[in-house]
Amino acid sequence: MIVERADFPLLAANPELHYLDSAATSQKPRAVLDAMVDYYSRDNANPHRGAYALSARATERYHDARARVAAFVGVRDTDRLIFTRGTTESLNLVATAWGRANVRPGDEILVTGLEHHANFVPWQQLALGVGAKLRICGITSDGRVDLEQFASMLTPRTRVAAFSHVSNAVGTINPIADLAAMARRVGAVVVCDGAQGAPHLPLALDDLDVDFYAFSGHKMLGPMGAGVLVGRRSLLEAMPPYQTGGDMIEFVGDEHTTWNVLPHKFEAGTPNVGDAVGLAAACDYLGRVGMGAVRAHEQALTLLATERLAELPGVRVYGPPPAERSGVVSFTVEGIHPHDLSTVLDEAGVCIRAGHHCAQPLMRRLDVPATARASFYIYNTEADVDALAAGVLRAQEVFA
Amino acid sequence: MTGSPPATEALYQELILEHNRKPRNFREMAGADRTIEGRNPLCGDALTLWVKLGAGDRIDDLSFKGQGCAISKASASLMTTAVKGKTLGEAEALFEKFHRLVRGELSDAEQRELGSLRAFAGVARFPMRVKCASLAWHALHSVLGAPTESAVSTEDEGSAGPPLEGA
Repeated sequence: MIVERADFPLLAANPELHYLDSAATSQKPRAVLDAMVDYYSRDNANPHRGAYALSARATERYHDARARVAAFVGVRDTDRLIFTRGTTESLNLVATAWGRANVRPGDEILVTGLEHHANFVPWQQLALGVGAKLRICGITSDGRVDLEQFASMLTPRTRVAAFSHVSNAVGTINPIADLAAMARRVGAVVVCDGAQGAPHLPLALDDLDVDFYAFSGHKMLGPMGAGVLVGRRSLLEAMPPYQTGGDMIEFVGDEHTTWNVLPHKFEAGTPNVGDAVGLAAACDYLGRVGMGAVRAHEQALTLLATERLAELPGVRVYGPPPAERSGVVSFTVEGIHPHDLSTVLDEAGVCIRAGHHCAQPLMRRLDVPATARASFYIYNTEADVDALAAGVLRAQEVFA
Repeated sequence: MTGSPPATEALYQELILEHNRKPRNFREMAGADRTIEGRNPLCGDALTLWVKLGAGDRIDDLSFKGQGCAISKASASLMTTAVKGKTLGEAEALFEKFHRLVRGELSDAEQRELGSLRAFAGVARFPMRVKCASLAWHALHSVLGAPTESAVSTEDEGSAGPPLEGA
């Protein structure tokens, strides 16, 4: 544990709970909840609209939140950081607004077999919609992107290459700088799904040569409902808006409309100031802990959990070696379906995810219908790993 | 605050564990009158159900294969033993009763009429597992109403319980 359990009201109220599902959503520190209550208690109004002081304060809080989130992920030009509802909306924004305007019949879209459905289905549907070809790079048996195949599948026809920073299902940390460099050599636009990257790894997006990077606030201590798309300014300026309506316009004529400047062009409607403020507080919290310490802590627990589970008969852990994974341990227990395992673990207060992890293409490639997944974050301890291992043993007794 | 989860013994009755280990009528069927694939899109569980009908709309034989958790597999197994030999109308009535059983809507007296299916009464305390227990029954329900081949998803029925899947 590198933070106090007492910082997290839900965990403090449930001392026996072993929360091992942070890859799905993280728990929230009091600082985040307090920041949101503070915003609604003191500064709530519709930003960008009112000519009164309260609205100006709401606008200020929103801009300040954007600046703090941008600083946390290493983005100097804050206008290229768009607030969305989450990674899913960010990726749909790119696939729809940029994709429909730029991907032509016969073009190719390259994704990988590791992707979460949120970085797979939007591209599949774009390909179907415009008559482009979706190509899926294979993975190795230990759940890595097959780099040789990735290189060979990039062609002058590849308009976009989309890949995850970290696999949500098995935890693989992809060599995204290398993948991006390969894709750029053929002129492809590079899209990175950072839903499992931003919460767990140090980021310096200005130094990373990707065109779009998407992440969610709720997996990194922030509230549900606030996420981010960081885009290359030139692409964001050239592409059409995603949604239209209030706030994103410059001038609305009877026959045509002109768009507001970045970032507002991509933030139609009343912005979600309260959740943006919460996300900024989450970034501040993680910044105080230090992302290097976050990574080291998760790596230690991942290694320990992998070793403890590997000692048990019939347990198989998926993905590359622990050092090359984020805080995810995806595994199966012979003779026990992951859902049944999850139910038995729940009795001991151990919360894990069971199923296909919204990554059915990956599960087909791993040739497993479902896995159990334990995922770690800053508030987890060795006691959580002990409870996990004990719970697996207990399940083996029940289903013996 | 999270409440304490119920004891798993309430869910994993010995009869359920036994049918999970040794499912009955777990085979493909040649020459079936009706075939249906049942899916739970939230967890990826899938099973195929084969039905052979005889005179007087009687279910002469039924069998299943597929992958799923202990609850879905044992439920399918016990369902095949419960409805074999029954008429379509009787099977439909059992479907209704089973559906109410796993939602905790049956009285003790009504539960007793269900015989071995009563083993699934504990599912009502695990709302996330209602879909697992219902998968085979939903498949049977739709295959009995539909001719030849079809597919069914537990999502169509709006069973209780939050999804098991997410990011």
